[in-house]
Amino acid sequence: MEAIDPNIYRLAIFVLAVFVGYYVVWSVTPALHTPLMSVTNAISSVIVVGALLAAGAAAVGIGSQFAQGLGLLAVLLASINIFGGFLVTQRMLAMYKKKEKPAPAEKPGSAS
Amino acid sequence: MTPNLAALFYLGSGILFILALRGLSSPETSRRGNYFGMAGMAIAVTTTLLLLNVGFGGFIMIAGAVAIGGTIGAVIARRIAMTAMPQLVAGFHSLVGLCAVLVAAAALYAPTAFGIADEMGGLKALSLIELGIGTAIGAITFSGSIIAFMKLQGIMSGTPLVFPGQHWLNLGLGIGTAVFIAFLVASGGDAKAAFWIVAVLALVLGVLLIVPIGGADMPVVVSMLNSYSGWAAAALGFTLENVALLVTGALVGSSGAILSYIMCKGMNRSFISVILGGFGGDSVASAAEDTSGRIVKQGSADDAAFILKNAGKVIIVPGYGMAVAQAQHALKEMGDALKAEGVDVSYAIHPVAGRMPGHMNVLLAEAQVPYDEVFELEDINSAFSQADVAFVIGANDVTNPSAEDDPSSPIYGMPVLQVWKAGTVMFVKRSMGSGYAGVDNPVFFRDNTMMLLGDAKKMAENIVKAMH
Repeated sequence: MEAIDPNIYRLAIFVLAVFVGYYVVWSVTPALHTPLMSVTNAISSVIVVGALLAAGAAAVGIGSQFAQGLGLLAVLLASINIFGGFLVTQRMLAMYKKKEKPAPAEKPGSAS
Repeated sequence: MTPNLAALFYLGSGILFILALRGLSSPETSRRGNYFGMAGMAIAVTTTLLLLNVGFGGFIMIAGAVAIGGTIGAVIARRIAMTAMPQLVAGFHSLVGLCAVLVAAAALYAPTAFGIADEMGGLKALSLIELGIGTAIGAITFSGSIIAFMKLQGIMSGTPLVFPGQHWLNLGLGIGTAVFIAFLVASGGDAKAAFWIVAVLALVLGVLLIVPIGGADMPVVVSMLNSYSGWAAAALGFTLENVALLVTGALVGSSGAILSYIMCKGMNRSFISVILGGFGGDSVASAAEDTSGRIVKQGSADDAAFILKNAGKVIIVPGYGMAVAQAQHALKEMGDALKAEGVDVSYAIHPVAGRMPGHMNVLLAEAQVPYDEVFELEDINSAFSQADVAFVIGANDVTNPSAEDDPSSPIYGMPVLQVWKAGTVMFVKRSMGSGYAGVDNPVFFRDNTMMLLGDAKKMAENIVKAMH
């Protein structure tokens, strides 16, 4: 039998990850939808992996100076996103607090 | 580091990203989730750096780029006002899109750097297709997010910009993009010009896709661009044969798609109709003539304070107007003052209130409103009939009963907060204008409704003063 093309495996990983994403995101509480957006934004900056490889392109030969320049610029942009995204998410999440303790005065309908 | 070991580490960071999203299922676990995300990113970056063979000079340049970008990001994250979160997220999306285009270009010019070159030092056809798609989606994300940013920031009017033939033009641009991707693939990656044409066409398409979409539809747009940035990353994950990118792209892509779906459902509109745009502009002129003959009851802060103080149960409904007026802190103070009087206070959030998913929740959290006092539409809608007062601050369309009983209304079928079932309804509004949909709200003209006209923040402050 012929060997399976590795691209098929990548497709499988991708499809399964879409399903994982689907179920995980539906379980996110609506109150945290804004942090969800900022954190997905931060993790999508994992594209920095590609940017770093490009920034290392100068070592591999001719014509790659251009690629290196693009890579460095992309590293810079992705870094804005990584630091900005995670830190702003952290700042937001730190604000979500529970009621300190149920105050006795708050019984519904006790007043009026 | 061997490529196999690196692939395992990338898998690990993908799993940490899944856990980061999983953490958001409740506020208690969310903070830990965010740390998982940071750890995943640290692993991915470190692994890649260990794969690189750049020498000291190259390493210094990379460190410099990270330091500059990181500092800018950290400063923005610290300084940004919570009310500006939608535009910040839109701005960040544009960076991901641009990054995708740059990385795709680098992969095209120097495929050996990524270890994806064939024996001839070029790219395989499949890689080129993936690269072309990634570029196109990345470029659309980039320019579309910039337009969204400008609309949200107020640099550009939120009014939809429509012109005849718009959809045909977009279709043409879409086809053109596909054609040039085909050129690029056919040339085996040598037709660099085709690549740049793809990027430019997609940039124009991104602009044209977002300009016709009105301000009130921004929650859908921001979610949609979130999704696109994910798909762009995933497409490049295929090109670069990188598991971390693939998994993350899939997660982000589906997350954004689900949020878009939730937002569309919150407005009872189809995704297609939102994308085609033209909705949610300035108020329609006819709204004004209807109202002239009808009587509204206006009240002062003192009247409102008196009624609120003597209520047993008050439900507060915040909307975009609260964000504009930065009234969340004043509102929280009002809530506290009411609680001190023994009033039961809770908050009702409509899914599309504000300019992005969860916008109101973040603002209330910023004002230190405990999140267990804040409820979603389906959880609180039945409670309005037991409430003495519904206090609507800066919201309109999401409280409009026409959505339930008037099939001719443009917002008919949209789920709404049934504020009119409360004993008294108070509307804090800047003026008597209609909402974004340009529709009149019949609740304004009911006997048990009191209009509190003025700035939302000042009104809330004055009510607090009047209560003492």
